[in-house]
Parts: sequence; structure tokens; C-alpha cells
Amino acid sequence: MGTLLSVKDLRTYFYTEEGVVKAVDGISYELEEGEILGLVGESGCGKSVSAMTILKLIPQPPGKIVSGEVTFEGQDLIKADEDHIRGIRGNKISMVFQEPMTSLNPVLTIGKQLTEAIELHLKMNKNEAIRRAVELLEMVGIPEAARRIGDYPHQFSGGMRQRVMIALALSCNPKLVLADEPTTALDVTIQAQILELLTKLTREMGTAVIIITHNLGVVARYADRVSVMYAGRIIETGSAAEIYANPQHPYTLGLLKSVPRLDEKRKSKLNPIEGMPPDLVNLPPGCPFRPRCPYAIDKCALDDPPLLLVGQKHWAACWVEVGSGKPREEVAHT
Amino acid sequence: MTVEQTPTQIHGNGHHGETIVEVKNLKMYFPVTSGILIQKKVAEVKAIDDISFDIRRGETLGLVGESGCGKTTTGRCILQLYKPTAGSINFDGQELTKIKGGDLRRMRRRMQMIFQDPYASLNPRMSVGTIIGEPILIHGLAKNKSERRERVQELLRTVGLNPYHASRYPHEFSGGQRQRIGIARALAVEPDFIVCDEAVSALDVSIQAQVINLLQELQQQFNLTYLFIAHDLSVVRHISDRIAVMYLGHIVELTDRDELYENPLHPYTKALLSAVPIPDPAVELKRERIILMGDVPSPLRPPSGCVFHTRCPIAIDECRVQIPEFRNLGTEGREHWVACHRV
Repeated sequence: MGTLLSVKDLRTYFYTEEGVVKAVDGISYELEEGEILGLVGESGCGKSVSAMTILKLIPQPPGKIVSGEVTFEGQDLIKADEDHIRGIRGNKISMVFQEPMTSLNPVLTIGKQLTEAIELHLKMNKNEAIRRAVELLEMVGIPEAARRIGDYPHQFSGGMRQRVMIALALSCNPKLVLADEPTTALDVTIQAQILELLTKLTREMGTAVIIITHNLGVVARYADRVSVMYAGRIIETGSAAEIYANPQHPYTLGLLKSVPRLDEKRKSKLNPIEGMPPDLVNLPPGCPFRPRCPYAIDKCALDDPPLLLVGQKHWAACWVEVGSGKPREEVAHT
Repeated sequence: MTVEQTPTQIHGNGHHGETIVEVKNLKMYFPVTSGILIQKKVAEVKAIDDISFDIRRGETLGLVGESGCGKTTTGRCILQLYKPTAGSINFDGQELTKIKGGDLRRMRRRMQMIFQDPYASLNPRMSVGTIIGEPILIHGLAKNKSERRERVQELLRTVGLNPYHASRYPHEFSGGQRQRIGIARALAVEPDFIVCDEAVSALDVSIQAQVINLLQELQQQFNLTYLFIAHDLSVVRHISDRIAVMYLGHIVELTDRDELYENPLHPYTKALLSAVPIPDPAVELKRERIILMGDVPSPLRPPSGCVFHTRCPIAIDECRVQIPEFRNLGTEGREHWVACHRV
């Protein structure tokens, strides 16, 4: 399989009254065709902004894509003009948003919203588009699709609306779906339904997915690869199996340790990560995680660690070997 | 559903004390009205439909369920923020549904609430000191201003903030710190009982663990009793002594923490537990997952018989007609209440 998307040294800053917020500060990654990548991090770590930047959905100003390349099918989307991007949005790259309540237009029927994209991108006539829309709704498991196509978003439940969002995202056979917290607003039992559906359909269609989430558990089952973000950068990346079994960044380790797990014996106390996420306007020099890090050494205050090779296709941005607590030998990320 | 014995009267759970809150046959129906000038009642939302349980002094009762199942309404009914349609709520020997005015206000000092959204539950125009000091003032718990100020500073220290934070405003704090302020406000009146309504749900994972640890430390320090309402089952299991599972206005299962996770009896509890993702791909791949079909029905038109039958994988004809009795199936003195025909 070939490389579908390649992101290089991407930086997106927001120029606010308080100062420059470095929401995404130099991230690089590649995505294979049909691959499912989990992008994990807490609020404000830049995970959503990094996805929005791919489709240039950043309000400018105050936002600005300061530097970087996003190569999709051989073309740099950052340099591409608005017309070109518009031909890609909702077509080859589509999005599933967190809030199924607010991301569908309340005054248009579901059918209208589905056929609009199909007519535009797939150049179908109205009747063909309607037929395709009904097919899509059946595919995502909406009962009586042919009748419900005339309904408005408020006539659907939250879970059903998220199904409609998935139908909308898949309507033009995209190469890549950006799913931004697709299940966060939903109930636990519905969450399982929706993720199962999204990953099943995209696997069948060979579509790559980036699942953005704050919940480490959500991506464990579905992602091939996981990238963990902190303070605008990717601090650890590797196969899902590696990241969970053998976390090499103190932040990833801290996250995994701080959540109670249903499959383990109950502990009397949780192990939280002390302190708070840093202020992205005034980042401390060196590693941004240093103030909260139990492993920090002198070097961490001076140099911001790049991603270092720590295992089979597994990189972590940390000067210290988590297992031994000793400084790590330098092997730079290629 | 008839309840001859409430879960209290069966037995006490050893290390925890006597019953502090006793809820019996509680119903809360909200009217749905229609019309512009003359409001006519056209339907009822049965937010809570006949539930009974008790909470013992010093314990944490977890209340889990999906949105709209009535868990928040239950908490609010206990605090008398809603006037229940029927049923009784007994708090430390006092029937709350029958008292009002000053008597109710005096009881309210002993019952507090911590809210879900730390952004919406603090008045942005009040300083932190005023927010925490207000309940002390209202209930007359400090002799004068300086004593009140001291008390506020002490509370801030108790929840892990700095005394100088008293002069700051909510917007200067992060979500986790705001939740600490909400906790300090609840503690200000020295309550016996606190309803934590999704108190950690809005927080980031790394901060969530800090606040959960704080809640547990405070419980030991002040011998607090919690009703911990949440939808995250792994968090509920961590913090609770006993757990009640709600579905569409009914409690479908109630037992102690370990029993619920090791031996869930109700098909809804089983599905809920299997839906909780575990942060480990190796475990996840081997796990069997029960995926429930469809959505939670509307509480405006709850299904006949067992309310869960529309989504239940093992429902039989009886479930569609007959409401299952909430009965105790525990053995060897343990209690395990469940409402299901099939167990």
C-alpha cells in the first residue's frame, strides 16, 4: 500500500490578544492508504486543529498556517488554492464531527444535505443522487431509509444523527475520513455501535481514517497506529499494540496509569499526572511536559526532545528511558 | 412493582453505618404542556418511575445509566430541587417531601451538590472567595467577616488550591481547578451528604484522576456520604461501594461494586459493561462485545412491560407485557437486586 497523506513540520498558530498560541507546533506523520490512525490527546493539545489544518478549515485570522507541507496524492494542500481544496473537501477527504446536533444543517432535510455533496462531487443528476442517498442511509443502518430521507435532523436521535454524518462523510467514496471525537457526545452503548460501523465501512471501502479522541480506550480496539499529542506536538507514535503494551513517553505512561480499568483489580487510589497542561502562549523552554514529568533530568529543561526511535517503528520524544530512568542514546526520527 | 422491603432493611454492609438517605417508590413525572395562553397538559415524561433504594452513612452509592435515564432527576429529587410526583425521601430520619421553608433550608445545609460543568456552575461575576463564602453567610456559619475569610482560606487549602486564590475570578482557573472550587463551595456548609452529578465527566483524563482522589480523601476526612452520578462505568466502579444501574426511569440492578462487575445479572448491565472500552488492544481483541440494537426509547412513551425489552437480546413474550419485579437474588447475606424476568 502506498502513502496517502504525508504531513511535514506543520505549524498552525493563532494570533490572539494574549499572545501567539502555538496550537500545532511542528508535527510530521505519514498515513498509508486504508490505515486507521488514532490521534490521542487532552483538550487544547492541538489534535483537532492539526486535522482542520489538513483541509484548511482554520479561520484566518486569527489562525495562520505558519509552515509545513501536507502532501495528499502527490499535491501539497497547503499551497493549493481554495478551488482545489473545495474539490477535495467532502469528496476525497471528509469529516465526521463531534456534535451531531450542530454539524447538520437544521433547516435542510437529511436527503438534501446528502444529495448536495453527491450531485456536486460525483456529477450525478437529482434522481441518481437520491437513489445513492437512500443506499447510503441503508448502509449506515437507518431503518426505512427511503421515507426518512425527507426528515429534518431534529427528527433523529443523537446516535442516528451520527449515522447520518457517517453516511455524509462516506457519500463520495473518500480516500480519507477525519473523525473528530466521533462518539464523545454519545452514550456508551451507542458509542460502540457507531465506532463499529465507521471502522467496518471504511475497512470495506479501503478508506483511511484519522480518529481524533481524548479517550485512550476508544482507539485501542480500532486503530492500527496511535499518535499521542501534547502541547501542539506529537510526543509518541507507534503501532497500537506497541503504544499500549510498551509506552515510552512519560505522558503516555501517565495517561494509561491514571484511568481506572474495568479489566483490572480495583486500586484504592488512582495515579494522576500531577500539575496542569501548559499554557500554549508561554511554553517553558525545553520539553513542554517537563514541569509535570516524574522522570525529568537537567537536559529536559534545556533541549526540547525530537522524536527518537525507541522500538520497532515506535518513536517517542523523550530524553529519558522510561524503564531505567537513564538518559536515552540519541537516534533521530527519520 | 411492589416493594415490601427496601434494600436497606435486608442487612447492613458491615463497615458502613446506618441509613442516611432512604428513597421509597419515588416517581417524578414532568408534564408536557401545549397551548400559548392556556397551558394544557398533553402528556407526561416519566423521568423516574417508581424507584427505591437507600444510601448508608459514609458510603458512596454509584448511579449509572445513559442520558435521559433519570439519574440526574433522582439526585435533584433527593435534594428537593424538584418536588416528586409520588414517593418518600427520608434523610436522617426526616421526611423531606413534607417539610418546607426554614425547616427545609436547615436540612439543605446538610445536603450539597457538585455539578458537571465547572464552566457554567460558578458565577463569573463573583470572586472565588465570595462564591465559597456565600453559603457560609447564608447559613450563618461564621460569626463575622474575618472568621468567614479564614474559613474560605482553609477550604481552599483543603481542596488543593492556594488561599490567595480567594480574590480571583472563575475565568482565571482551568477546568480542574474550577471543579475544586465547586467542591470547596459544597464543603463550606459542612454537609453530611453530597450529590456528585457527573462531577468529573467534563475533565481531562489526567485531571480527572486528581479530582477523584480528592473526593475520596475528603470522604474519609469528613465522613461524607456520596451519591455519585456518572455514565463512565470504570470511574463509578473505582469510587463506589455499591452501584445502581438505571434505565429509562427504573433501577434495573443494584448491588455492591464487586458483585456488579463480577456477576452482572441484568442484560442491560452486561451490555453497558461490555461497551466500556479498555485501553489495551490485546485485551480488546479477545473481549466479547454485546452491541445493543437501536436507541433508548422516549420516556414520553415508555415500552410496555419491561422497559428494556425493545433492545434486550434475550427478551421473551412475558417481558413485553409484565413489568418485572425488583427482587433480591443475593445469596449468603449479600444483596443483589435485579428487575428481570430472565434471571
